[in-house]
Amino acid sequence: MSESTAILTERRERRLPFLRRRSGERARGRSKGRRMLPVGPTVATIAVLAVLVLVFSAATGPVAVSPVDAAKIVIGHLIPGMPWMSDGTLTPLQDQAVWQFRVPRSLLAALSGAGLALAGAMMQAVVRNPLAEPYILGVSSGASVGAVLVIVSGGATFLGLTMSGAAFVGAMVACILVAMLARIRGELSPTRMILAGVALGALLSAVTSYLTLTTDAQNVVSVMFFLLGSVSAADMSSLVIPAVALAIACIAVFGLSRSMNALLAGDESAMAVGVRTTRLRGLLLVLASLLTGAIVAVSGGIGFVGLVVPHMARLLVGSDHRRMLPITVLGGALFLMVADLLARTVAMPTEIPLGILTAFVGAPFFLWLMRSGGERAGFDR
Amino acid sequence: MSVLFDDVSVARGGRTVLHGIDLEVGTGRIVGLLGPNGSGKSTLLRALFTGQRPLSGRVLIDGADVSQLAPRTLARTVSVMLQDSPSEFDLTVRETVLVGRSPHRAPFSRDTPEDQRIVDEALRTADVHDLGDRLVRSLSGGQRQRVMLARALAQSGEILVLDEPTNHLDIAHQLDLMRVVSGLGTTVIAALHDLNIAAAFCDDIAVLDEGRLVAFGPPDTVLTPALVDEVFHVTARIAIEVDTGARAMTFHPRQPVG
Repeated sequence: MSESTAILTERRERRLPFLRRRSGERARGRSKGRRMLPVGPTVATIAVLAVLVLVFSAATGPVAVSPVDAAKIVIGHLIPGMPWMSDGTLTPLQDQAVWQFRVPRSLLAALSGAGLALAGAMMQAVVRNPLAEPYILGVSSGASVGAVLVIVSGGATFLGLTMSGAAFVGAMVACILVAMLARIRGELSPTRMILAGVALGALLSAVTSYLTLTTDAQNVVSVMFFLLGSVSAADMSSLVIPAVALAIACIAVFGLSRSMNALLAGDESAMAVGVRTTRLRGLLLVLASLLTGAIVAVSGGIGFVGLVVPHMARLLVGSDHRRMLPITVLGGALFLMVADLLARTVAMPTEIPLGILTAFVGAPFFLWLMRSGGERAGFDR
Repeated sequence: MSVLFDDVSVARGGRTVLHGIDLEVGTGRIVGLLGPNGSGKSTLLRALFTGQRPLSGRVLIDGADVSQLAPRTLARTVSVMLQDSPSEFDLTVRETVLVGRSPHRAPFSRDTPEDQRIVDEALRTADVHDLGDRLVRSLSGGQRQRVMLARALAQSGEILVLDEPTNHLDIAHQLDLMRVVSGLGTTVIAALHDLNIAAAFCDDIAVLDEGRLVAFGPPDTVLTPALVDEVFHVTARIAIEVDTGARAMTFHPRQPVG
């Protein structure tokens, strides 16, 4: 009798709106919440570190330049009329080494790291899976096929496309193929996207390998160099396209981050708060592919940034995209700037391709993250 | 706000799962949707809150066709509490409840103090305010369900849709949840499994069986042993409580015929 009596008693009291509190659960509830860093100071810290790395990178290389002089040169180029630029304390060689070579490559490393990390975070939101990133979804492989086609064709273009253009087209084709393969009744299936991306990536890598093996010997080195990733060929003009792509993507995700949060809890749950899920997925996927294409075209195949950096950001500030995306972008920039500095210095005077370095640092770090911080980073199942 | 399902048929995966449902839910009414697994309860709720055009018929809110409404407009009108689906990327309880405010805020805007106030209130009403900083996945099933209720409350729609809202809750929280929901004064449509809870809290009961509406009306007239036998294939007996005279149902396996 007790249960039904309770129900009927409840019915009589139904206009009393408030829940009673259960003490046992409150005690459990008070057990430790999640420790998260404040976003503002974290952003500031990463930005300061990035500037320090930039200056230190600018002071590193065969031509001796002190960090202070490197900073002076950078400031002198940004702000006209600085006295030290014309008083003869800095040699033209130093100025050239810093401003023509070292700063552009650090900036390209920063842009590439930021862009690949952001593309990774966007793709992870699209497929709701911590594995997603430009490589896993086959997008980087598509861009590589495009760029390698230009290299092996021996000219500056292939079918009228420059290297950037071809990488761009390759990334978009791969993205569209993955999306088409993963469509079920007009909706993108996250799991199928991963499966389709892995399979397509393998196929496209095979195409790249075939192109590499069958091309003239003089092209092989440039193909290998490209595939392993490098920012050493950077000049200021090569920064434009990645910078524009990154800016567009940053503005877009700033507007979409609330919807991306809604998407984390599943499609129906997102629709329930007014998110057009299929359209959001498509938009994020296209933006992430554009970003990847723009970056792979100039800096080649740099792996692991898109996978590792978003997870680090989540570990620091949680999964709310409004908090983690700024950290992802800046953290990606810092990560690749440091990687590039190491690539230039650990085996001096030989330079290590950036992709080898990010894998060397990234893979163990990722495994450590998985073992130790898995629960908080979101891959313990 | 009132909801009208006007001859709604819905297909899922090429199969028609709802056949010509006609159902009217008046403003402020609390309607319980009952039926066996796979009878189309969730599909009927989805026809309302996703705004997707049904195979035929229309779903109207105060006369407006939901498939003509912008998704965000619809989401401001209809709050939804779904089963929690586990995510690989975990938000905190508070962040999850804040998602309920998203249809009320433009894409580039920040959360307002009003949002924070509404979220605080929702967390308190759903009895999860001291879990605010916890990750949703670290909670028990029942706690997660109350977080989903808080999210729906923060959504502040004038219509509340609940899909099996009580199935992970202990009996006290089941009753608490139903009491909170019925005290809101909003129009409520809830897919429920517990017939006695439905009878105790709902103004009307709609019974679905194999995608068809087989009964609709006040609990006492709809929930008869004959209907329970026909739809749920169990034998129901009505128990009258000695001290209150109130009715409740008890359920028993069907007696073999003969």
